[in-house]
Amino acid sequence: MRQAAAEHILTPAIRTEDFRFYYGSHEALKGITLSVEQNEITALIGPSGCGKSTFLRSLNRMNDLIPDTRTAGEIWIGGKDITKPAEDTVALRKQVGMVFQHASPFPFSIYDNVAYGPRIHGKVRKAELDELVESCLQSAALWDEVKDTLNKPAGSLSGGQQQRLMIARALATKPDILLMDEPTSALDPISGAKIERLIQSLKTQFTIVLVTHNMQQAARISDRTAFFLNGEVKETGRTEMIFNSPVYEETKDYISGKFG
Amino acid sequence: MMSAKQADRLATAGLYAVAGVILALLAGLLGYVFVKGFPMLSWQFITSPPQIFKGGGGVGPQLFNSFYLLVLTLVFSLPVALGAGIYLAEYAKDNWLTRSIRISVEVLSSLPSIVVGLFGFLFFVIYMGWGFSIISGALALSVFNLPLLVRVVEQSIQSVPRTQREAGWALGFSKWETITNIVLPAALPGLITGIILAAGRVFGEAAALIYTAGMSTPALDFTDWNPLSPVSPLNPFRPAETMAVHIWKINGEGIMPDASAISDGAAALLILSILLFNLSARFVGRFVFKKMSAS
Repeated sequence: MRQAAAEHILTPAIRTEDFRFYYGSHEALKGITLSVEQNEITALIGPSGCGKSTFLRSLNRMNDLIPDTRTAGEIWIGGKDITKPAEDTVALRKQVGMVFQHASPFPFSIYDNVAYGPRIHGKVRKAELDELVESCLQSAALWDEVKDTLNKPAGSLSGGQQQRLMIARALATKPDILLMDEPTSALDPISGAKIERLIQSLKTQFTIVLVTHNMQQAARISDRTAFFLNGEVKETGRTEMIFNSPVYEETKDYISGKFG
Repeated sequence: MMSAKQADRLATAGLYAVAGVILALLAGLLGYVFVKGFPMLSWQFITSPPQIFKGGGGVGPQLFNSFYLLVLTLVFSLPVALGAGIYLAEYAKDNWLTRSIRISVEVLSSLPSIVVGLFGFLFFVIYMGWGFSIISGALALSVFNLPLLVRVVEQSIQSVPRTQREAGWALGFSKWETITNIVLPAALPGLITGIILAAGRVFGEAAALIYTAGMSTPALDFTDWNPLSPVSPLNPFRPAETMAVHIWKINGEGIMPDASAISDGAAALLILSILLFNLSARFVGRFVFKKMSAS
């Protein structure tokens, strides 16, 4: 275990080489070369339309589902270039979980929302599922609030609870990497702070890539920050470096709130 | 000029009035049918066959025929409608083929039922040689119902938010797994409504059946459930007059002395059957939803 962890430090969890993304003829990502380290939180920041969400959604190939798009360049995850058409996207998405801006619970019970992924992927023994659901809800810091109401519809939870349920649901397929697309922007500050603490606690087990519009959030919880601008990574580095002594004028202007 | 507040009051009052008119109309119609028909309803009326020349006949075979025809129609049309609806909602690209399918569906859905009936007569009854039979009637009604069902399926699938599908894909479900395990359960309430609407049309349809399922029912033996036996109620190749057709027929040419009382009773029974089907469809829907979504 320890040795495996040591090895991981040497290889980044995600490495992209000159990755380009096109919506039709529009080049939305203009050659992204970026590394995401194991068991770190990497924040992607930048103004709207800069490509950070497109980049995030390329990491588990969610963009495949948008017609008339294509990519160039490479994205290496777990020793494989996942941009290859032959790559098994279903397996990839099990390995790379995703949490969206708006919680979208299935219209089922709390229990079933978490159990659904593993069940469809063939795990059907009740005892095993019970255990998995409990551990995922524990990891998502939701277990104590819902352990007596597991059969209630997920829609009856509050917004913040639903978002934590979404995290538990993503954890249930046992991913290595978690992608989060503005996970707190639709929540009130208290629920948002809970999710932030949760994200920080999850990095011991997972590699996390976080898209956020909230500069304070990026500064508070991320280890590394990549500043996206007009489809390129303008600047990247340790978060304290980016926020305290950015190299570029644009980075400084963006994080100090001059545009965006 | 009216102030905004006055206009608001006026509009509110107007909407209440319209709602009241609709409610009164429905209550009046249903009340009339029930008040006239309820005294006729008895176990004997519901189970015994009709009499041609004397009074005291029932509508047992007709009631059975209505339900049997409905079940067969759904067996034929539901799988096709599900397939077509899923295709249109999830797979079809926005091109001329899709557009022409949609236009065909719309044209078909406004086809008069008597035209569907004549088509059924020419194709199923004559050309296929099935005669006046349940199978001819069920297939004609399938043609009649498909457009409605396809549209309902497509719309209820489209009304499932894209975020639900993305959530499924993000969990590593294939497109097909996402459709069957997330989209269909979420669309189920809409699907049930569509099936109920279609069922109401089948129960109430007469014109398309006169030329296909026929206006008579042979003597049936309700203890013989072998579908191949000519006296079995399940035999799909026997003629089968439904409740709606029966009401239409005895009002036109019924020569039994209690013809109008029987048609009143049959009308009330028909409405009760639709209500019963409606409630049980919702019940089954809830059950299926639980099965589809839970352990």
